[in-house]
Amino acid sequence: MIWGGPLRWAPRFTLALLVVPVAAGLLGTLIPAFSNDAKGFRALVEWPGLWPAVRLSLGTGLGATALSLAITLLLVASLWGTRLFALILHLLAPLLSVPHAAAALGLAFLIAPSGWIARLLSPWATGWTQPPDLLILNDPYGLSLTLGLIAKEVPFLFLMALAALPQTDIARRMQVAHSLGAGKIAAFAVAVLPGLYRQLRLPVYAVLAYSMTAVEMAMILGPTRPATLSAQVVIWMADPMLTAQATAAAGAVLQLCVVIAALLLWTLVERVARRALVRLAEAGVRAHALDAFARGAALLTGGLTAGALILGLAGLAVWSLAGLWQFPDVLPQSLSLRTWMRAAPDLVSTGAVTVMIAATATALSLALVIACLEAEQRFALSPRGAALWVLYLPLLVPQVAFLPGLQGAALRSGVEGHWLAVAAAHLVFVLPYVFLSLAPAYRAWDGRIATAGLALGASPARVFWRLRLPMLLRPVLTAAAVGVAVSVGQYLPTLLIGGGRVETLTTEAVALSSGGNRRLIGAYALLQMLLPALGFALALLLPALAFRNRRGMAVAT
Amino acid sequence: MSGALILQDLRIDQGTTPVVALNQSVAPGEVLTIMGPSGSGKSTALSAILGTLAPAFRQQGRIILAGRDITALPPHQRRVGLLFQDDVLFPHLSVGANLAFALPPTIKGRAARRALVDAALDQAELSGFASRDPATLSGGQRARVALMRTLLAQPCALLLDEPFSRLDASLRSQIRSFVLSRIRQKGLAAILVTHDAEDAHAAGGPVISPLGQPVTL
Repeated sequence: MIWGGPLRWAPRFTLALLVVPVAAGLLGTLIPAFSNDAKGFRALVEWPGLWPAVRLSLGTGLGATALSLAITLLLVASLWGTRLFALILHLLAPLLSVPHAAAALGLAFLIAPSGWIARLLSPWATGWTQPPDLLILNDPYGLSLTLGLIAKEVPFLFLMALAALPQTDIARRMQVAHSLGAGKIAAFAVAVLPGLYRQLRLPVYAVLAYSMTAVEMAMILGPTRPATLSAQVVIWMADPMLTAQATAAAGAVLQLCVVIAALLLWTLVERVARRALVRLAEAGVRAHALDAFARGAALLTGGLTAGALILGLAGLAVWSLAGLWQFPDVLPQSLSLRTWMRAAPDLVSTGAVTVMIAATATALSLALVIACLEAEQRFALSPRGAALWVLYLPLLVPQVAFLPGLQGAALRSGVEGHWLAVAAAHLVFVLPYVFLSLAPAYRAWDGRIATAGLALGASPARVFWRLRLPMLLRPVLTAAAVGVAVSVGQYLPTLLIGGGRVETLTTEAVALSSGGNRRLIGAYALLQMLLPALGFALALLLPALAFRNRRGMAVAT
Repeated sequence: MSGALILQDLRIDQGTTPVVALNQSVAPGEVLTIMGPSGSGKSTALSAILGTLAPAFRQQGRIILAGRDITALPPHQRRVGLLFQDDVLFPHLSVGANLAFALPPTIKGRAARRALVDAALDQAELSGFASRDPATLSGGQRARVALMRTLLAQPCALLLDEPFSRLDASLRSQIRSFVLSRIRQKGLAAILVTHDAEDAHAAGGPVISPLGQPVTL
């Protein structure tokens, strides 16, 4: 068409912005790993913890992903269309906005030998008057790590499933399958699941890659001797001995290979599962007996997941306000603001840096995402499937595999340690989530409004600023809140690109976690959680306020 | 500002199938009616004249409005007004702001723009409605606001995309005569797309199919 200009290039520019850092970072990791006759790999192979570390990465990653997916599908299958389902929708945004580190710290407070669960059961059931000497946290099998990962990934997968459900025509398909005699679970598995899973695949892959390589959760909840492979890579990177850097790079390359292997294994299982589903359909499975059991399992596992998250966070809040709190008291003897008062100056300055980085990364992401979506609409572009893969690239490639290389580049160019460089690194992770959050609403916007505006003589720019953007205020602000939540939660990019000199609430909370000051940990983790929550609250409140006299802009319920 | 709307060998193909073939001149104040079953290319013809045709279609021929060749112009420079099946009022703006949105930027000054909006509301018998939420208006009121909004943009031609089909029977003839009288009064060349014979009859002009064949009512 006649108009064009820079907007037309926005999608390509944005995709390049995601590909270039990942590719450059990978290259920057590969080179030191293979230089000097691959000395790094030799050191890696000699490390006695190697196989346990790889096994842990595979076990916790695959376990957490499979269980998260199973819980999500169970919840959708057995609760879809019920009133409880609507309730879960309201819980979802706050649960999603909890940063991984805060969730892990909360969970740690819950399940530790001196944690809330032990206190609730002591001494009447357990007989403990002292915290027992049990290795519940950091258990060698990575069970608490897996639990923590599940608590964070179920809300994410559930949200992704929700976004995909309208396209699966679930209402009519369930009805047809029911009328043919299938039970709820059988109807879901045979009629809805294949279409739903097709949309869920990339999010599931992202969850798998993340679960296998999460660093901050592994540091808080994971085993220590040996740690998971990714956590060990970060430990090596922090080692002042220069030789450790090559080992770290080699470990990162190995981690990448393990993730690729796990993804291949997963696609293999997908194929087997698809065949099994076809068999079940052909066998005319009804499985009415399964429904009650599935409903129970969904309620139990879903409740446990949400409950662990919520109770853990409540534990953080109580600890940050606790005066004297002896074992096995369920609540502290007194409450005080002393922790908050004492930490206030540090909390304020760290919080300010966190907000500054999050605001910058989110604002840039939002501008780029809106430019992409607007270009898509104006030039009637239809994004190819490859574009979606590129969007997911930073979520699929393990952070430990490309961030060290990126850190090297930042170091050489002299930007390492500046908060703007950290914000730029955050952009790579924030942008995909902002896009995923905003795109459905942007694409679903009634195109006749734009046509009406154009026919009234308004330029495309005016249609965008006066009609489209104001009408999309709610989803735009929600996407911004998602962006802030993602940025606030970033640990490894902040640590590496910030060179340890840019301190955010997340890096501080993780650094504190190895110490024993629960009150201070509680304060940092709580604030880390409150920032995204505040973002979501504003995203809810501002549109309600702006459109209080506009019935046509009310949320459809 | 008025003038004839000339469709000069306007031909639109989807793949190898012709969906629109029109060679027609619409005089100022005249209403050309395009009739046909749904999916027959009526709306495609309108999008071509508006300039919002999807890239999947291939368009040939020229569109001339008031002596200006608008075939290659972007939609907002064509001065072709449009009334939808629904009113498509902007839900986030007040009734007055909906109308003010349509005023050309050449009309300067808050007072002058406000006066034009109020005058338009008066003509639609909606005096004092400027600050109202469009969602609180009745169907007939919304239809009249939509028409006034379209006219305030000072179009040279008007396209009507089944604008009466959603209104109930009693309202229908009332809104229809309101719209048609405005078209004649302003001397606008208009094209009405409908599948309702009564609409076509009331429009009074020639009635053809999207492929240009005359339709007998």
